[in-house]
Amino acid sequence: MEHIVIIGNGIAGVTLAQQIRKKSDSKISIVSSETEFFFSRTALMYVFMGHLKWEHTQPYENDFWKKNKIELLQGLITAVVPDLKEIILENNTKLTYDKLVIATGSKPNKYGWPGQDLQGVTGLYHKPDLEALENWAPTTKRAVIVGGGLIGIELAEMLRSRNIAVTFLVREKSFWDGVLPFGESQIINRHILEHHIDLRLDTNLVEIISDEKGHARAIVTDKGETIECEIVGLTAGVSPNIDFLKDSGIELGKGVKVNRFLETNIKDIYAIGDCAEQHVAIDLRRPIEAVWYTGRMMGEALAQTLTGTRTAYKPGHWFNSAKFLDIEYQTYGWVWAAAKENEEHFYWEHQSGKKAIRISFDKKDRTFLGINTFGIRLRHEFFDKVLTSKETVDYVMKHLAKANFDPEFFTSYEKEIQKHFTSHFVGIITI
Amino acid sequence: MSKSVKNISIASHENIQMDGIQKLGVALGLLGLFIMALALFNVSFPNKGLWLAGSILAIFTGITVYANRTYLNQPEGINNNGIWHKNLTNRGSWAWMTGIILTSFYIVLYWYPQYLGLNQDGEANTGIVGFFDPLSYILNGKAASQWFVYGTLYTVAILGLGYKFILKYRHNKYQLVRTISVMFFQLGFAFLIPEILEKLNPEKAYFAKDLKNMWPLNYYFFNDWHLKAMLEGGNLGLFLLFFGIAMIFIISPILTYFYGKRWYCSWVCGCGGLAETAGDSFRHLSNKTDTVWKIERWMIHSVLVFSFVMTIAVIFTFLSNNPEMSFITKDHFIWGIVAFLLVFTGALYIFKRKDLDKDAVFTLLSLVAIIIILLLINYFSGNQNILFIDSNSLREWYGFAIGAAFSGVVGVGFYPILGNRVWCRFGCPMAAILGLQQRLFSKFRITTNGGQCISCGNCSTYCEMGIDVRSYAQKGENIVRSSCVGCGICAAVCPRGVLKLENDSPAGRINSNEILLGNDIDLMDLINQK
Repeated sequence: MEHIVIIGNGIAGVTLAQQIRKKSDSKISIVSSETEFFFSRTALMYVFMGHLKWEHTQPYENDFWKKNKIELLQGLITAVVPDLKEIILENNTKLTYDKLVIATGSKPNKYGWPGQDLQGVTGLYHKPDLEALENWAPTTKRAVIVGGGLIGIELAEMLRSRNIAVTFLVREKSFWDGVLPFGESQIINRHILEHHIDLRLDTNLVEIISDEKGHARAIVTDKGETIECEIVGLTAGVSPNIDFLKDSGIELGKGVKVNRFLETNIKDIYAIGDCAEQHVAIDLRRPIEAVWYTGRMMGEALAQTLTGTRTAYKPGHWFNSAKFLDIEYQTYGWVWAAAKENEEHFYWEHQSGKKAIRISFDKKDRTFLGINTFGIRLRHEFFDKVLTSKETVDYVMKHLAKANFDPEFFTSYEKEIQKHFTSHFVGIITI
Repeated sequence: MSKSVKNISIASHENIQMDGIQKLGVALGLLGLFIMALALFNVSFPNKGLWLAGSILAIFTGITVYANRTYLNQPEGINNNGIWHKNLTNRGSWAWMTGIILTSFYIVLYWYPQYLGLNQDGEANTGIVGFFDPLSYILNGKAASQWFVYGTLYTVAILGLGYKFILKYRHNKYQLVRTISVMFFQLGFAFLIPEILEKLNPEKAYFAKDLKNMWPLNYYFFNDWHLKAMLEGGNLGLFLLFFGIAMIFIISPILTYFYGKRWYCSWVCGCGGLAETAGDSFRHLSNKTDTVWKIERWMIHSVLVFSFVMTIAVIFTFLSNNPEMSFITKDHFIWGIVAFLLVFTGALYIFKRKDLDKDAVFTLLSLVAIIIILLLINYFSGNQNILFIDSNSLREWYGFAIGAAFSGVVGVGFYPILGNRVWCRFGCPMAAILGLQQRLFSKFRITTNGGQCISCGNCSTYCEMGIDVRSYAQKGENIVRSSCVGCGICAAVCPRGVLKLENDSPAGRINSNEILLGNDIDLMDLINQK
């Protein structure tokens, strides 16, 4: 029987295993060094905050894997030997495969800061990171977080939930302004301050200072300031976790190089999820997509190939979501931080300063290109259809009520938004 | 507490402590309860009325101070920080103590009211029942009973902790409106109006007080004493009889069709009201495993059958003994029931059997067949006990096992251990009926928002009914479960805006396809080929 070995039990690898099992009886093994059972990485923060217990982060009951004949192996893989079709584990046991899928995800970036490997310094990615934070939290008065992205703000929220003072160093001039346009970025800046987080924009880490026991004691910023702290969170992005593949002969760039079929340069070896790097980026996407949803979609696509229907990874319209403290964010289609030459941005912000919508559309033919929404939930299905059928921004404005996904009785802002849009972009025509 | 479950979360407990003002609130609330406890142990207060008012005021003030301090000094949003770290909300020693106190209270309330100070021999009440006399005289003109004490405390709990709930979820209008609704129905329809009606009609016999409490949750609605009391209760009694029957056969089916069972379970019902307000801190304790889901289905439907059989027997006996009080004879009744069962299950089988599991269809059909056969055997043999068992003892057993032990002692007493909806999930026959309709004939569902689910598990964890919401959401399926009471908390705690409670056309409500949006459309077709 064909043996499919998947390295990594994150969303990509696990989705793949399930989808294969639906169509085939192949032997499936998932190898992981992190945890015995699949858990939702996105839920790590909620365990620290006391919203969930560890077992709640596991989407399937423990007997699910046995029932579905998916073998779970624990161990760190040190090398892949394609010629022998085997992988070698830390304790030198060997495992042979017929097909190998690399789904090892990411690891937090460290940019060679002095002191970056001290006690008290961590990223927020793996389960051990959470355990380390648990150990340090009780004796921590202040934490410094370095890196203003989605993980940084989650870590800030976590530490604040335990009444730990947080200083948040953000390299950019405004929070996440490489992705968020000015208005949205300002909303989040204000909201961060509202949560009593000491936000330092346009500030970089220079070094982390150790105490006599090798634990972080303070950090120094590029403004020359020294900030005392017991925890340093490094959240300056992630990169593919592929060091063990160095000598395998598999073509590597930043990640494992794959074609549109998620195949590597070596037959019967594939890569999916955060660690896969497309030779040529798909549409407007990045070559490496470290997003929950894309990991899942690559798993779905590759499962077809591995069960006999060679299928390219063809993601549909871009979407994503996040939650910045209390403010929910969703995006459908593409909205760039700065409008491109052919694009026009329509922006509406509620007077509370916590809700906003931005729509990007084509200047010439008014085709709807994408939407950012803050504090208002929108319907994925609606925008998926709109993007597929290339509707205009006017169509979207007219049907805004249909796109709403807020709970019942919530105040609706459609009228206000439509009025605002009309006064800016629709001359005399009224909607 | 050797039995307390150790916190097996890898999270530590440090850094979460109440500040001075929160402690003051808790102390004030406990002071109010302490005064009542003193009364329970027969400390005699001068000016009982003032002390009673003072203790109730202390409880309300304590809750208000605590809730304001806890929720108003931070931005609006989901606030579940530390829920699994705190002793009381993670089955620690405080939880067990609270559980034991509540359980003991219910045992005494149901079976030993004399220890609460109820005097059944016409002398003055003592203890906590006596302590509530002044309020009882004001409202209904009589001395208090243990049920008056219970009703008052119940209402105080829903109002006080409802206020706390409203502050906690103040950013969410659905929660706001729903909670105001349960508070309103408890205060008005379950407490004030019935008490005042009693005062205005002192000569009328007692009948069910909670006006919105419908059969079969109100299991004694068709008991002989209750039927008699309504039939002899003048216009009001007759109104309640017809209103009660209309609720069952007309009002409830219509509302459930349009809104799902939530119109009752989480907007109106008293049991639900207490669960949603006082029980909110324990909602995450419900068990989400498949095994418990199976147990749930067997238990709740068994109770439904039990209540149905009991009611048939009781009505039959009533009609046999009091033929002069009704225009329906016992023959009409038996044939009516047989016809109803045949039409009901027949229609279900013909139109909806595809929506039900095979074992559910089998159980349903065989049960109905057994009931009909039993009815007919007894009827033709002229047996007075229409289902072999004496209706009196059947009724008593139901009252003891279901009415008191299950709904009260276990249902509320075990809040801090098993979660706040144990009764509603495993025992309530009303919930079973509404659930059946919700699953099969309703516009209600929880819609999943395309492919946005990140499988974090907040929805499942905070589902008080133990539904593994995530298992549907992460596949892009809508959630159409008979047990869902529509509290809307899953949608509230979702960090990605994935869930929405909706009433929409029944077509396409149940989708078992995986329609996770975002991927290649041709691929989605491939995935859905089974």
